Amino acid sequence: MSSTIERRYLRRKWINKVMLGLSSIAAGIAIFMVALILGYTLIHGISYLNLDLLTQAAKPVGEAGGGMRNEIFGTLILVGLGSIIALPIGLLAGIFLSEYASPKVAATVRFMADILAGVPSIVVGVFVYAIMVRPMHSYSALSGGVALAMIMIPVVARTAEESLRLVPNSMREAALALGITRWRAVIGVIIPGALTGIITGVMLAVARIAGETAPLLFTALGSQFGVQGLLKPIGALPLQIFKYAMSPYKSEQQQAWAGAFLLVILVLGISILVRWISNRKRI
Amino acid sequence: MNTIMPNLVIPDNQGQPVTRNEKGILEVQNLSAWYGKTLAVKNISMSIRTQTIMSIIGPSGCGKSTFIRCLNRMHEVAHGGRVEGCIMLDGKDIYARDADPVVIRRRIGMVFQKPTSFPTMSIFDNVAAGLKLTRFWSHKMELEEVVERSLRRAALWDEVKDKLNQSGASLSGGQQQRLCIARAIAIEPEIILLDEPCSALDPASTLKIEDLMRSLVEQYTIVIVTHNMQQAARVSDMAAFFLMDHDRSGILIEYGPTSQLFTNPKDKRTEDYITGRFG
Repeated sequence: MSSTIERRYLRRKWINKVMLGLSSIAAGIAIFMVALILGYTLIHGISYLNLDLLTQAAKPVGEAGGGMRNEIFGTLILVGLGSIIALPIGLLAGIFLSEYASPKVAATVRFMADILAGVPSIVVGVFVYAIMVRPMHSYSALSGGVALAMIMIPVVARTAEESLRLVPNSMREAALALGITRWRAVIGVIIPGALTGIITGVMLAVARIAGETAPLLFTALGSQFGVQGLLKPIGALPLQIFKYAMSPYKSEQQQAWAGAFLLVILVLGISILVRWISNRKRI
Repeated sequence: MNTIMPNLVIPDNQGQPVTRNEKGILEVQNLSAWYGKTLAVKNISMSIRTQTIMSIIGPSGCGKSTFIRCLNRMHEVAHGGRVEGCIMLDGKDIYARDADPVVIRRRIGMVFQKPTSFPTMSIFDNVAAGLKLTRFWSHKMELEEVVERSLRRAALWDEVKDKLNQSGASLSGGQQQRLCIARAIAIEPEIILLDEPCSALDPASTLKIEDLMRSLVEQYTIVIVTHNMQQAARVSDMAAFFLMDHDRSGILIEYGPTSQLFTNPKDKRTEDYITGRFG
């Protein structure tokens, strides 16, 4: 009798160890992939990973050297444009969903936001091509910004809504019971309570659109002449990586690796910053 | 703690100034409250005199919290909350079509069961929140005066005067609840509603808050919901006994001076509850 129990116990322990091992291996693979990407891009692009990358414009085909200064500016401008458009819309939508909407209306809006979030980014690019690039008869940074904003809005809205919902209802009631009007309660009490989550969501959305390539293919297009203004085509880091990766020239391929490394570091940096902020403000 | 309150001029429902010699007199007339389709309290009528502590007692689930939330129009904030009947505050129905709930809530303050200090604000800002967030702009000196006055009245000043800039979350449960009371008094309401304020606190804090209520009643009208009959007996001047009717809605069985309700109740159900035969 006791030996059956012992055997069952030993079997349980063994299964436990196997599962622990398997899940550790899975976690290890995930970490390994990140390290692999970083390592690969670093090694292949090492020759071009210098200050020139950030300060030099692209050199003509065939010439060695050169950097991605204009493309980095381009990415910054596009991300900035996208954020200026998407953040007010997304944040207000999130506030609406969490604080003001009736359950039926909220469910509908949420559903629509989730659909928009699921639209492939190339479809967004083609759509903005049709509504902006064609009528304007020109590729432009503005349309690139709009395309990126369309990708950003549902992400910001949903994360803002989720963060606001985490604020306990007792706090809303306490604020309203003081005779504070609803919108001032939202601005003065509830949003500060959800601020960490909202900032995290915004930064993750920014990190995501910084690396989006497909929507820019038909809107910003890329430019060999640097930044020419918001109504002209503009280069961007992911676009340049795309262009150089397909090039037959070794120097351009290496620059593509360097640019890829830069992009990964950018996204990694934002993620680390996000973690640091949310760990600090543990309430 | 006998601070004399200066004559304040406050706007009433229509925005006309009313000198505060008369305090809030509440008359509840045929109040019924629903959550969606469920009737929660049925046909409550009572009058609440000024400068008394009225306790609302009764077993769980008989609509005491719902009723007290109706008194400052917090019931309609809950999903599907609906009210019928009227509540006269100084002769004017707070549920009238042109009555502004925000103004009502400034005259009738509320403290909840769970101490809800705003965690992102300092203690100072917590107490001042009712003022800072309802006005466009306030003088810093005026805010400091109000905060100190409210904290003194809430018997919390000595414990926090050196750490007004720290977060509200750094206080103990009893201190947080007193902070919530200070926050509620800072806006100078006429009536203070307390929904089981001590149920989440230890006996020592409970006693402090009961003493606090006895000192506050000199200036405010206080209505307190409590599960604890001994607390009602200790603290209140008037008591109202609620019970669940056959259709599961709460009704008012009787109300009157506490001593009379506890020693000589008119209704047998009250007597059964008081003597502990149920509930």
